[in-house]
Amino acid sequence: MPSFAPGDDPGPDFGALLRRVGLAVAPPATPLGPELAITHGTTVVATRYADGVVMAGDRRATSGNFISHRSIEKVFPADRWSGVAIAGAAGPAMEMVKSFQLQLEHYEKVEGSALSLEGKANQLSQMVRNHLPAAMQGLAVVPLFAGYDLRREAGRLFQYDVTGGRYEEDDYATSGSGGLHAATVVKLGYRDGMSRIEAIDLVLKAIITAADEDSATGGPDPARGIWPVVATIAVEGFERVDDAELAERYATLTPAGRSSS
Amino acid sequence: MSMPFYVAPEQVMKDRADYARKGIARGRALVAIQCAEGILLCAENPSSTLRKIAEIYDRIAFGGVGKYNEFDQMRIAGVRHADLKGYSFSREDVDARSLANQYAQILGQIFTHEMKPMEVEILVAEVGTEPAGDQIFHLLYDGTVIDESAYAVLGGDAEAISARVDASLDGTPDLTTGLALAASALAGPERTLGAADLEVAVLDRMSVRRCFRRLDDADVSERLAAAGAASAAAPDVASPDAESSG
Repeated sequence: MPSFAPGDDPGPDFGALLRRVGLAVAPPATPLGPELAITHGTTVVATRYADGVVMAGDRRATSGNFISHRSIEKVFPADRWSGVAIAGAAGPAMEMVKSFQLQLEHYEKVEGSALSLEGKANQLSQMVRNHLPAAMQGLAVVPLFAGYDLRREAGRLFQYDVTGGRYEEDDYATSGSGGLHAATVVKLGYRDGMSRIEAIDLVLKAIITAADEDSATGGPDPARGIWPVVATIAVEGFERVDDAELAERYATLTPAGRSSS
Repeated sequence: MSMPFYVAPEQVMKDRADYARKGIARGRALVAIQCAEGILLCAENPSSTLRKIAEIYDRIAFGGVGKYNEFDQMRIAGVRHADLKGYSFSREDVDARSLANQYAQILGQIFTHEMKPMEVEILVAEVGTEPAGDQIFHLLYDGTVIDESAYAVLGGDAEAISARVDASLDGTPDLTTGLALAASALAGPERTLGAADLEVAVLDRMSVRRCFRRLDDADVSERLAAAGAASAAAPDVASPDAESSG
């Protein structure tokens, strides 16, 4: 059982605890060559709506020109009132999500109260910055973070760059290879105070368009029953939209909405 | 250099045990009871910020009585142990038994090797999906582990409180009945304890991941009032003896 002297205690920081007990992962010493086909996750989107935030991610992972997975998930609950979506090297991204979730839970248990949303966003910023040496060797991870701020009673969203730069966005944010196309769709379709359904439709269209233009992004796949991961975060907390509802929304989208009209 | 006086090891151990027991007896008690909805943890604690009961992991809770700084240090060590184990292996691999054994090692080590023993008693509870799967471990200041069933009482005046719980406990109660039982057992015949004097939490059997949930003062008052009304309606069922009716 880990114990530390009073002046030497890692406090509620799980990352510091991992380093102290020798479980932290060192970044690769040299750039990873092309012969190591690294799996990459691609397009994620987040946008605000009337009650909070909606996050979405496609399900495809690629390594080079191969599709390595058709149904990976890129949108995760970070804790009850926040979510994190990842794009970039899939292995380190999953690890970052796991560490981030644990960090929030660990802090809450050690301190007896949860971090503020601002505090959570800053934590993720530090994790991305600490990951920079690995990003320089070709393992970049660029997350989105969104949550419902219980103190301000509003949904908030943040995007990051590889150096850990943290940028709060007012309306929407995207990341990943198809992020540019997705951002255009959300930008054109966004308006203040959208309903939940309108927001879900908008992020679905964004993912569909990104999949149309970017080979590394996978669109909805009704034949296999693979749907993007879409989640809403409002005062009730993080709730994943189930596949049946997504299928229903997809069916109502006009043919123009389903393609990159 | 003068030789220290010889003191028999029996005497050393007895002195340490007495010291620890006196420290623990000064503090207020904590009760854990197996209920239908989960494991109820109830402590007499007028502070709403310095906690005796806390979450360790998904299905595991911690209770400490005695010296606050000492059991809080143990609590944090337990959270670290559980989180590191869950990170290295899997969340399913974190269990109360291994945590209780770790605590026993530390308490035993400190009891025999340090000047001052820890003036604490610790409870480690793990909730199962069925009451039969519940585990309640009670650790003493010297590292003794007791595997309790149905209920556990820690802290000052534990024997009298245990006797009161034992007298009124009939099978596995529901949460509200269990809470009223715990409150009246902690209070004894001469006092009544209200929501403000109690710290209450439950390990919810049916939760999917993190089962630990605190009950706030409003919820506790409501449940105590509901149980009071039920026992007034059927006095011979809810209060089998005069002692627990206070």
